[in-house]
Amino acid sequence: MTSADLYPFSQAPITRLLLGRRAFGSMGGGKAGVLIERNVMVYRRVWVAMVSGFFEPVFYLLSIGVGLGKLTGAVDGVPYAHYVAPGLLAVSAMNGAVFDATFNVFFKIKYAKIYDAMLATPLRVGDIALGDIMWAQLRGLMYSAAFLVIMLAMGLVHSWWALLALPVTVLIGFAFGAVGMAATSFMRSWQDFDMITLALMPMFLFSGAFYPLSVYNPQIRVLIEALPLYHGIDLLRALTLGRVHIGLLWDVLYLTVMALIGAAVAARRLEKLLLT
Amino acid sequence: MVDLSTSPTSARTASSEEPLIKAVGLRKVFPPTKRGGEPFTAVDGIDFELRRGEVFGFLGPNGAGKSSTMRMIGCVSPATGGELSILGMDPRVDSSKIKARLGVVPQEDSLDMELRVRENLLIYGRYFGLKRAEIAARTAELLEFVQLSDRADSPVEPLSGGMKRRLTIARSLINSPEILILDEPTTGLDPQARHVVWDRLFRLKQSGTTLILTTHYMDEAEQLCDRLVVMDHGRIAAEGSPRELIERYSTREVLEIRFAPDGADRAAAGAALAALVGTGERGAVDRIEELPDRILLYSDDGEAALAAVHGTGTVPVASLVRRSSLEDVFLHLTGRTLVD
Repeated sequence: MTSADLYPFSQAPITRLLLGRRAFGSMGGGKAGVLIERNVMVYRRVWVAMVSGFFEPVFYLLSIGVGLGKLTGAVDGVPYAHYVAPGLLAVSAMNGAVFDATFNVFFKIKYAKIYDAMLATPLRVGDIALGDIMWAQLRGLMYSAAFLVIMLAMGLVHSWWALLALPVTVLIGFAFGAVGMAATSFMRSWQDFDMITLALMPMFLFSGAFYPLSVYNPQIRVLIEALPLYHGIDLLRALTLGRVHIGLLWDVLYLTVMALIGAAVAARRLEKLLLT
Repeated sequence: MVDLSTSPTSARTASSEEPLIKAVGLRKVFPPTKRGGEPFTAVDGIDFELRRGEVFGFLGPNGAGKSSTMRMIGCVSPATGGELSILGMDPRVDSSKIKARLGVVPQEDSLDMELRVRENLLIYGRYFGLKRAEIAARTAELLEFVQLSDRADSPVEPLSGGMKRRLTIARSLINSPEILILDEPTTGLDPQARHVVWDRLFRLKQSGTTLILTTHYMDEAEQLCDRLVVMDHGRIAAEGSPRELIERYSTREVLEIRFAPDGADRAAAGAALAALVGTGERGAVDRIEELPDRILLYSDDGEAALAAVHGTGTVPVASLVRRSSLEDVFLHLTGRTLVD
């Protein structure tokens, strides 16, 4: 009996679709699906803990989009709530993914030793890294879907293109989750996580979620455009406002490359940490 | 009794003489932990073979290289040098295939605290790619075996140390492994819990499971192991069955004597005791080991040796005659005790 016979899910199309077998090479990745099974088992009982992730962007939307929007008038040719909602969607996709891939992963490596137990089985580091990144995206996908429904109900969606916003939030989450996990692999203690807050906070405030980049001078604008969150916001805003153009492919490419590099680094680093 | 032993493959290849695990010159060197530091050699070129159906032990103190060896066998630690073949495969190439046929009980229980007892086994089986129905049936059997059936739906956290260890053992058997690896299976357990674990391991042994275990408890090694190696400082100091090792490296009996803590009596007794060594008379002492808290006199007749000690005018505050154990073998080979 070979391992291939034992593992029908090694052919799981979702893994191939997301990263391809080659991305992790000998480190595996094809059996990532069981990580999701494990997490479903855990959260089946504590699903209430997952609800909070849904409210955060909704509260932002009500407070800043609707409340503050009463004062600002139209921005970029649309009412402020219409403008800010896709920005908040991108931010929430980022935050959710980063939280899962940093704090939760660090806890699992250092304290819960869950990965050590998994590595005693045929699972490989690549399966584990990919599996937990994918789980974070599944969670994010549910939040994003709910947020889009609320946007739709509030009349903030301008186009059918908005359907594509869902896969785009997954792409944003994957990119940030992968890079977050890679960064976590370098963390020595909880104090190091301040660095993550330090990186996320300004990105959240200045990447164009709340106002157009036209307020900046050209130098700062170039700097902001180099940041990943800007590309996520740009994509989602174009889709929900129905302003689709060919330049968006650049955003997609940026986030895809970021996801692939992050995932490869994360898997290699985890291998170094766990297979000593 | 339920069939706890191993997968059908074991029957298929049972006739072959090929060892299940073969290590030649196996080495593990860890890089320096800080800049400019020295690399640490945990395993320094060891050779051993594991045969099907036997219980093979690594006996040694903490830091002897036992756990590093287990981790290399478990395919979670790449060897630095030498050759290692597990079930005829190379862990560098086929780690997943090898791990599919191993069961591992790590030194620290790595149970999934976010899941219940039964769920721990269920998801672990899924990591092996087993089907849910198959796992469910096996889970019931295994929980029965480790006496945790009544805790199946309990969270893991409140279980006692002994229960957690038993659950870890049940978990390691979910894939009907051909080799079960146990790294210090009873360390940290109270005596009663240790005996329950020993009993379960003994039953596994009886049912034909091949076990490889590390321990720094000589009674554990003597009870369970068919064959063992004594490990110290990353090397193998001796190999054999517990009985062979005791016969080769120790006398039949040991006389332990203690002196008052001030040390004056003890210092005075030193020369008198040394005169008892190798006299050729009945009760002659083969050799003497001085430990901080007591002196050990190795002799084939402990009572006669005690009489001889009294004959020199030495008066210890306490004395004890016992049979030689692996502890004595270890002491003889390394000059140190197993558990400090």
